[in-house]
Amino acid sequence: MNAQGVVRLAVNGRPIEVPAGTSVAAAVARISPMRFRDSVHGMPRAPLCGMGACFECRVHIDGRAQLRACMTPVREGMQVTTHD
Amino acid sequence: MIERCDVAVIGAGPAGLAAAHAAASHGARVILLDAQPRHGGQIWRHDVAHGTPPAAQAAIQALSGKVEWRAQHQVVAADGRRLLAETPDGAVEIDAGHVVIATGARELQLPFLNWTLPGVAGAGGLQALAKQGWPLAGKRVLVAGSGPLLLAAAATLRKHGAMVVGIHEQASAARVAAFAAQLWRWPARAWQAARLRVALAGVPYRCGSFVQAASGDTQLRGVELRDADGTRQVECDYLAIGYGLVPNVELAALLGCALDRSGTHARVHADDLLCTSVPGVYAAGEALGIAGLAAARIEGSMAGHAAADAVDAARALAPARIRERAFAGLLARHFALDPRLRTLATADTVVCRCEDVPLSALDDCPDTRSARLAARCGMGACQGRICGAALAELGRFPNDGPRRPPLFPARLATLAALPFRPTTEIEP
Repeated sequence: MNAQGVVRLAVNGRPIEVPAGTSVAAAVARISPMRFRDSVHGMPRAPLCGMGACFECRVHIDGRAQLRACMTPVREGMQVTTHD
Repeated sequence: MIERCDVAVIGAGPAGLAAAHAAASHGARVILLDAQPRHGGQIWRHDVAHGTPPAAQAAIQALSGKVEWRAQHQVVAADGRRLLAETPDGAVEIDAGHVVIATGARELQLPFLNWTLPGVAGAGGLQALAKQGWPLAGKRVLVAGSGPLLLAAAATLRKHGAMVVGIHEQASAARVAAFAAQLWRWPARAWQAARLRVALAGVPYRCGSFVQAASGDTQLRGVELRDADGTRQVECDYLAIGYGLVPNVELAALLGCALDRSGTHARVHADDLLCTSVPGVYAAGEALGIAGLAAARIEGSMAGHAAADAVDAARALAPARIRERAFAGLLARHFALDPRLRTLATADTVVCRCEDVPLSALDDCPDTRSARLAARCGMGACQGRICGAALAELGRFPNDGPRRPPLFPARLATLAALPFRPTTEIEP
């Protein structure tokens, strides 16, 4: 986080800046199309519950799979990968 | 790593915060843990753009120096009152003298055509996402479902710049009016309702109206509404929909606490002092059945006092608790679901979002066990939290969601840290 309270991270390799305290889910929502994960049949999915119950917001963060984006605050330099 | 404490409080919403405070006031060593990164639970969730509600700030500050706070601790297993929590830095074991379950509630979703499209979210769900910084400025949001939460969600969304194109309450206008007429008995709620009306000035509020389908290819484009005049299409970027709340009872079940299964959704059974059927394990707030913020705060205090063996202090709050719990009955009566909502899911509608299981796949399944084994319904990451509640509401079979460890998907390293063999019986 820099002095202005802005955190820089990358979503699918694309750099973005968001206010500190933002969740990874909210950061991912800034890129389009909105697609957090692919369902078993390959359909795009995005968060439903926003509170850690539905697991629709699962993403890769810094190489770790299956993390709930809605429960993870952004960190400087974070690398987020969606739908794979 | 093993931590020891007199009282472990699981869940840092209004009930858990009150419980931690009450227990600590008697000198107990208290650990308060929550899977979320911040205190507040859902109703008191911190808003990245607008801060923490003043009442929540006060409740959080009151714990400073008195309670040990453990953020991002997700309890995944337990043996008696030894809890295993997964954290971003590995597994933590907590050995507690007493446990207070303040796990709150989640939203009830009912499946309908295309409810899996990105852009369809819970009402409380999109509210939570907005508070996390989800960009909504200029987005057209239609709010639908049932209950007072729709108004609170709509107000938050509007505050974040969304254009709320309408609020569609499935209950009839007569029922909603009858509900409003009773609110004077709970002045804090009447005041909140009045404030929400001001915040939502100009937003259409339609009763007897529900969403029967969503449309879009890879993202939501619009919804089909149904009311007494028939059906119509409305374009929108987001649908924020929820049919009320379901108690989170999975941890209580894992600890062996008896559940009250008399209603559609199970709730934790507790005595007058909020002790569950397991000695030393207490419960407070929505896990005991949906009754709202005021009841949760009182029950949290009661459970915290009781867990610190301050029985008189707990008992003194019982009358206030009964008064607030009466609100639960009022909610259930006036926002009872229209039976047509249970017919929106057709044979092809996905009910289990984790495994893409359509409703028709469950036709020969008499219970959740057969649904899991034969159709993989409820076998995915959410472990039946979403589809289980929905299917109970649809009258398919009772929701007997996860109650075996791990309660949430956990890393192998966490499970390897299990210092004990889970004692929960494996289903035959």
